Amino acid sequence: METYNILQNYWWFIISVLGAVLVFLLLVQGGQSLLVHHRDVGERSLLVKSLGRKWELTFTTLVTFGGAFFASFPLFYSTSFGGAYWLWMLILFSFVVQAISYEYRTKQGNVYGRRFYDALLLVNGVVGPVLLGVAVAGMFFGAEFTVTKSNLLDVQSATISTWGPLHGLEAIASWRNLLFGVMLFFLARTLASLYFINNINDAAVSSRQRVLLSWNAPAFVVLFLAVVAVLLTSRGVAVDESGNAQWVAHKYLTNYLEMWWALVTLVAGVGLVLFGIGRTLMRRDYTCGIWPAGAGTLLVVLSLFWVLGYNGTAYYPSLLDAQSSLTLRNSASSEFTLTVMSVVSVLVPFVVGYIAWCWFLMDRGGISRNEE
Amino acid sequence: MNELTQVVDWSRAQFALTAIYHWLFVPLTLGLGVIIAIMETIYYRTREEQWLHTTKFWMTLFGVNFAIGVATGIILEFEFGTNWSNYSWFVGDIFGAPLAIEGILAFFMESTFIAVMFFGWKKVSARFHLASTWLTAIGATLSALWILVANAWMQYPAGCEFNPATMRNEMTSFWAVACSPMAVSKFFHTVLSAWTLAGVFVVGVCGWMLLRGRNAAHCWRSLKVGAWVGVVGILLTSITGDSSAVTVAKYQPMKLAAMEGLYRGSAGQSIVAFGILNPAKTATNNEEPYLFDISVPYGLSLLATHDPHAFVPGIEDIIAGRNGEGRDTLTYAERIARGKHVQELIAQHDVARRAGDLVAVDSLGKAINADFRHFGYAYLDSPTEAVPNVPLTFYTFHFMVAVGGFLVVFLLLALLFVYRRQLIEGRKWAKAWWWLSIIAIPLTYLCSASGWIVAEVGRQPWTIQDLMPNKVAVSDLSAGYVQITFWIFAVLFTALLIADVSIICRQISKKSKEDLG
Repeated sequence: METYNILQNYWWFIISVLGAVLVFLLLVQGGQSLLVHHRDVGERSLLVKSLGRKWELTFTTLVTFGGAFFASFPLFYSTSFGGAYWLWMLILFSFVVQAISYEYRTKQGNVYGRRFYDALLLVNGVVGPVLLGVAVAGMFFGAEFTVTKSNLLDVQSATISTWGPLHGLEAIASWRNLLFGVMLFFLARTLASLYFINNINDAAVSSRQRVLLSWNAPAFVVLFLAVVAVLLTSRGVAVDESGNAQWVAHKYLTNYLEMWWALVTLVAGVGLVLFGIGRTLMRRDYTCGIWPAGAGTLLVVLSLFWVLGYNGTAYYPSLLDAQSSLTLRNSASSEFTLTVMSVVSVLVPFVVGYIAWCWFLMDRGGISRNEE
Repeated sequence: MNELTQVVDWSRAQFALTAIYHWLFVPLTLGLGVIIAIMETIYYRTREEQWLHTTKFWMTLFGVNFAIGVATGIILEFEFGTNWSNYSWFVGDIFGAPLAIEGILAFFMESTFIAVMFFGWKKVSARFHLASTWLTAIGATLSALWILVANAWMQYPAGCEFNPATMRNEMTSFWAVACSPMAVSKFFHTVLSAWTLAGVFVVGVCGWMLLRGRNAAHCWRSLKVGAWVGVVGILLTSITGDSSAVTVAKYQPMKLAAMEGLYRGSAGQSIVAFGILNPAKTATNNEEPYLFDISVPYGLSLLATHDPHAFVPGIEDIIAGRNGEGRDTLTYAERIARGKHVQELIAQHDVARRAGDLVAVDSLGKAINADFRHFGYAYLDSPTEAVPNVPLTFYTFHFMVAVGGFLVVFLLLALLFVYRRQLIEGRKWAKAWWWLSIIAIPLTYLCSASGWIVAEVGRQPWTIQDLMPNKVAVSDLSAGYVQITFWIFAVLFTALLIADVSIICRQISKKSKEDLG
């Protein structure tokens, strides 16, 4: 049993890493939402060229995040995706239209014209981060579902996870979830500006992005503080060793206080993000803000996932029945499957290595107007 | 029609729609990836600029097609959760692993190196670029491998055991899942059919350009690679098709019977080369199965078992448990009874486990595993519910085989003409040949889609063979919701398909006017 618990914790760590990388890579969506601020076609073309080489990484990370969740915590996959149907469908639609837009927007014969595909990029740039934020917020603040595994034996009604009639629309309407989503949207825009400043060799683009950064970053910081305040004062579901679950006050605050390493990670992450933003805004010759801010983002998201899943916490609380809440223990795959997957996960550093190497090769010297 | 039936039907329709649209683009990506890699390899070895032009020509078309394949692919993965949530829990322990491995090992490889392939010509060395092109093709193939392993497992659930404490199936052997005979034959048959499709695509596009008198040298260069890949693809597809039939006969005899419209089987069973089914025929009446048929004696026995005298059961035989002299199996009515019994045992196991009665838990666990292979039958209202749509399976199978036979001849001739151009150049019928090569493109797409229809419709009503029927696998949704998303998908995918075809046609037209050497 001890090994099984370690494997469950390990896989939650992997999920945390994938989630953190996904949030960082949402800079692509943030960048898409910034395209409208560049009226000059040449400037906009540079932004699209820069993002066009990265969008697939975000997309692939989202798919892998889903696949890893399916493999390691299938009950979450079953409950959340089938339950919050509209939320996930809207997310998927926004990513489908993104996938073709980069390739089609300037191609002759694209039927609907460049503006149409640019509009689709904007849709994905706004809807993607906001709704992904709503989905993740639901993991903190809870959702309206129940899980009864023995329903499987009911020949007439075998569904094990049931959800309220709105199937995810109520999650989008929740102010706390939306706050989280809008915060993520402004984070994505902030990271995008930092990325463009680093990746594109063009004075006009850089200047415009610094202006955009000067109002997106403060908006993000204010929203982030609000999210942290709501989170630390929120209830969560605590689960004891025998699996009994109940709502308790300030669960996430308690987790931060009881897991000092998560708190240190959060503080370090916030510090790095603020450093990346602040130095970029203060020094016009500084173009590397994306790296500390990106690393900081990874750390902050990691710490959020840790307080969400560790320390006897239900990572997907049920608002209808606390006992139905999903925990690392009751929703994970079997020990055998987690072991097999853990062997595969040994390859992850190798994958990260070649991605970083290719990214380095492709981005050497930055992107300029002279490039094909 | 009750609500559950509607949810099941619309969920199936939505999944089928997504899968068919996805499969319109994926085979070209799989096959064209290999063709481009071969072309670039020739360029790398010879350093002849014209090979670079040819490589880039096909790479442009690859890129347009790739994007829409990615777009439709993401929906498929998440639909397992959104529309088939019970399924996701019941077998997520096994099914999720191949999907996660696909993401970690294949998708990242594809998405990283495709960026180098398209934008790295002047940023990386020629050798690194060539490696990236190959790695993109290999990444796409690995992706196909893992998703086909997952699909094969649904057809033949190996390497797992039911855990009554968690109410789900759990993996017991990864290699039994990854290397099952179904997975091996499905992977090779599918990927090689994709090579065939890409080969036909290249031949067809070159045929159009030659009809227009554009870039003949480029066309003959392309034809050489395309025809070779196509010929290798179709010959190996035929061979792996044979092994697929043997696997289906062994693990999914009902599907094989539906493919052949066979209701009453026999030893030395003939195969229907061409036939028209009698619409009045069902598994419960004595109507003749065919209105007209041309059969080859001993053909089906030979195809299914490699023994011309072997017994091949038909639909009625399988329901009645007849499997040849002295080898009878359970009737479907008995399987339904066994399934219900297993479900009762699981309920008892749950009670014993909660009461802490370890002896009862142990003995009930053994009894459950002994008969668990009949678990899914408990959900069937009658034995005939386990019969798939025979006409759809029969006609798509025969269409696939017929077009496959045509493609063997067509691609061999295309290869012959590459090496003996004098046989076709200047001939009166050359024009007709190039027109045929254009027509072969949609024909091959239909053939490829037919293969999937046979595979998926033929195994109905099972989401997981013998363990979970569709009506138990679905999510707790209203039919109206799924109907709305179905139509949104239908409009969206159709709009994207129109744009995709339009761009590809315009790119071919535009690029074919450039000097390609």
